[in-house]
Amino acid sequence: MPNRALFSALLRLGDDRLVLGHRTSEWCGHGPVLEEDIALTNMALDLVGQATLLLQYAGEVEGAGRDQDALAYFRDALEYRNALLCELPKGDFGVTIVRQFLYGVYSVLQWEALSASTDTTVAGIAAKALKESKYHVRHAGEWVIRLGDGTDESHRRAQAAVDLLWPYSGELFMQPADEAALVASGVTADVSVFEAPWTAQVQAVLTRATLAAPDVAWMQRGGRSGAHTEHLGHMLAEMQIVARSHPGAKW
Amino acid sequence: MVATAFDRAQVLAWLDEVKDPEVPVLSVVELGVVRDAVMAEDGHVTVTITPTYSGCPAMREIESGIRDGLLAHGVTAVTVQTVYAPAWTTDWMPETAKAKLEAYGIAPPGRAETSDELVPLRRAGVLPRCPWCKSSKTELRSEFGSTACKSLCWCNDCGQPFEMFKAI
Repeated sequence: MPNRALFSALLRLGDDRLVLGHRTSEWCGHGPVLEEDIALTNMALDLVGQATLLLQYAGEVEGAGRDQDALAYFRDALEYRNALLCELPKGDFGVTIVRQFLYGVYSVLQWEALSASTDTTVAGIAAKALKESKYHVRHAGEWVIRLGDGTDESHRRAQAAVDLLWPYSGELFMQPADEAALVASGVTADVSVFEAPWTAQVQAVLTRATLAAPDVAWMQRGGRSGAHTEHLGHMLAEMQIVARSHPGAKW
Repeated sequence: MVATAFDRAQVLAWLDEVKDPEVPVLSVVELGVVRDAVMAEDGHVTVTITPTYSGCPAMREIESGIRDGLLAHGVTAVTVQTVYAPAWTTDWMPETAKAKLEAYGIAPPGRAETSDELVPLRRAGVLPRCPWCKSSKTELRSEFGSTACKSLCWCNDCGQPFEMFKAI
């Protein structure tokens, strides 16, 4: 059993949800309206919950005595394996919603595939998370349409968000080389096959929203191997400060 | 009391006394969180549970409620184990539990949606009737509510807000 590879694969899955979940939680108390504040924090809770299950399993697979909290709070940015898209600052409401949508569609495709994983723990987590992620995509997708096809100002901001985030979407579909054996044995799914269905689903909503994907020649990359933007370190500093200041504290 | 005097039905009846901390009108059995309970020869009871949502903060509370509840009935050893498959669905909720929810002021879940369309233009979902005045002139205010398992609705007849159990 290639445990090292499975550990890395679980970190990629878990870190995406943890980092995006934390970014989404930054809206707590800052939502544009009360209902949306609650919606964003609920989505953050789901994402952090998914991350908890994945990192807990990662810790078991690693077998070095690290649990989900140790992996979340005591790794530095270089050891994180999330896609760069997830760590970018939350931006305005448009950036948050467009990212939630772009990542959400990817997440649904990934959970659908992993629901059939030959690893029963991965399959169980995926089947559960799939329901939550579908809910997130529906919510975010409706907002993308509302913002894009709304006022001049909401359209301008939504289009700016698409332009900003699009160059970070390509990394989601770059299949890590060390997962070949896991994909062959049906434990994980090759992410490169999600690109075509993702593009079709995203384009359909962007068109309805009167938004357009920019033409970009270069896709940003690096997160999967630990080369992050400067934003992740700042985010982790805030996320990890309490656990690092009071190691082992319980409340 | 000797441990072998309990059977599965008895253990489940005791678990039916353990209420959900967020929706105290439903037991953890009615909610579908308890999937099974088995007792070993030596009286050790193993309860299998499944979370409602991945990040549901009530799960730890539910786990300790189950343990305390069984210990209070004379069970000497309890193990609570969590499984993720099959994934929890509100379709497991019996009609009696749905009636209790409505009487408590929470609209019960309809059938879980199975639509493949990720962002449907028109929702097929049926709006719930108001748990207070039973009017059907209601609207969905937010897909998300005070807990992970509920959405927020509004009744246009009696002018009251109410929550609805999300169908998933």
